[in-house]
Amino acid sequence: MAHEKKKGWKQLPKGDVIEGGGTAREFKTGDWRSERPVHIPEKCVHCLTCWIYCPDSAIIVKDGKVTGYDYDYCKGCGICMHECPVKGKAIKMVLEKEAKKDEKLCRQK
Amino acid sequence: MPAKVKIVARTGNEAMAEAMRQINPDVVAAYPITPATEIVQIFAGYVADGLVDTEFVPVESEHSAMSACIGASAAGGRTMTGTSSQGLALMAEMLYIASGLRLPIVLADVNRALSSPINIHCDHSDTMMVRDSGWIQIFSENAQEAYDNMIQAVRIAEKAALPVIVTTDGFIISHGMERVDIFEDKDVKDFVGVKKAEHYLLNLEKPITLGALDLQDYYFEHRRQLAEAMKESKAIILDVAKEFQGKFGRSYGLFETYKLDDAECAIIAMGSTAGTTKVIVDKLRQAGVKAGLLKPRVFRPFPKDEIVEALKSVKTIAVLDRSDTISANDGPLCIEIKAALFDKGCGKIVLNYIYGLGGREIKLEDIESVYRDLGEAANGKAKEKITYLGVRE
Repeated sequence: MAHEKKKGWKQLPKGDVIEGGGTAREFKTGDWRSERPVHIPEKCVHCLTCWIYCPDSAIIVKDGKVTGYDYDYCKGCGICMHECPVKGKAIKMVLEKEAKKDEKLCRQK
Repeated sequence: MPAKVKIVARTGNEAMAEAMRQINPDVVAAYPITPATEIVQIFAGYVADGLVDTEFVPVESEHSAMSACIGASAAGGRTMTGTSSQGLALMAEMLYIASGLRLPIVLADVNRALSSPINIHCDHSDTMMVRDSGWIQIFSENAQEAYDNMIQAVRIAEKAALPVIVTTDGFIISHGMERVDIFEDKDVKDFVGVKKAEHYLLNLEKPITLGALDLQDYYFEHRRQLAEAMKESKAIILDVAKEFQGKFGRSYGLFETYKLDDAECAIIAMGSTAGTTKVIVDKLRQAGVKAGLLKPRVFRPFPKDEIVEALKSVKTIAVLDRSDTISANDGPLCIEIKAALFDKGCGKIVLNYIYGLGGREIKLEDIESVYRDLGEAANGKAKEKITYLGVRE
């Protein structure tokens, strides 16, 4: 996550107030993941079961097809992989540190 | 021209309820407790009779009362409640949240001892217990001050974005009937005006998140803001008092001085005891003793520089504390006074008296004995630094 300059007490709104709506989107919650799902497109039948089950709305779907995962919010719970009905699974869970090492995997996002 | 008044006989509780009727808050959430019960009981009658537009929320505990007040105030409503003693203690957790969220709730607290042993009578333990909760604390000497302070508290709270506790002394003021000047409804309505909050949850034009998790990165900044707000509230309290005087004629400050200008010995006392002390000051003055009184009206913010300035001619001071810190040190008011004097480098003799716990009467003779002690201390006669006044040995 980018390091923004934090506001001092004189600049902050009075009290514990965060101005504006929908600010939860700005809070990237996926940075403590230990495993990440990786999509295997050749096996995927785009049934969108993973999209229904994902508790963080982190399955990216374009024109009715799964295209990858939103790693800003995915916490690596593995529910998508668990629920994937395809024989042999169209999602595999990879250790986060391994994934980060492998640039190719990272680019799938 | 001062506003029209109606002279009536009211108890402290009735006077506070009357102020609440005239303020006509949006929400009152409360739970009954002796000796504050009547305030919200009388007010609930006003609600039932349609004399106010208030949404009255009868809750199952004081913790819930303050929680409901916090919700209502955060939503944007003008919010009030009343409690005492154990009730205030049960609210304590939520009091910190109200101030941290900068919600201008007004709470009428009738000072009562804390258990144990169980006791329903007056001392200041309850209010002192929450002295670091970030609430402005205003003490009242009598029913008139309680009424006036409630009306001013609404304005102070909303301008400072801080919650305010207005106190009376349990039974002594809350149930004692006195002459009270009541203003016209219209004049009070004009004075308190309409609440204008910078942020509130029901403002759909400016959505906010309130009370988000605030860890190592922002908590400290928000607490720093709170400290500054309390400091700045001194000027706000004085501004509101000035406007109040302009409209209604009675003058208020951060504290009241009584024959203090040339005084050599002085008592510092809060609440109803200040009234008792004035009688003795008058008596001693007639006998040629230069006695005076300083009565803090606001304990939070603590007007330390102003108090030190007011005490400049005084050589010996007795601080009367109607609560104890149980700390092998002085009572809470005396600790503040000594710290203030120390900062300014003025060496004076300061004696501390813990008195009146659990409603133990403080009599004219007791006050007179304190001034006598001060006289002896001025002549170099050693005196106990902390005296438990009126306790049986």
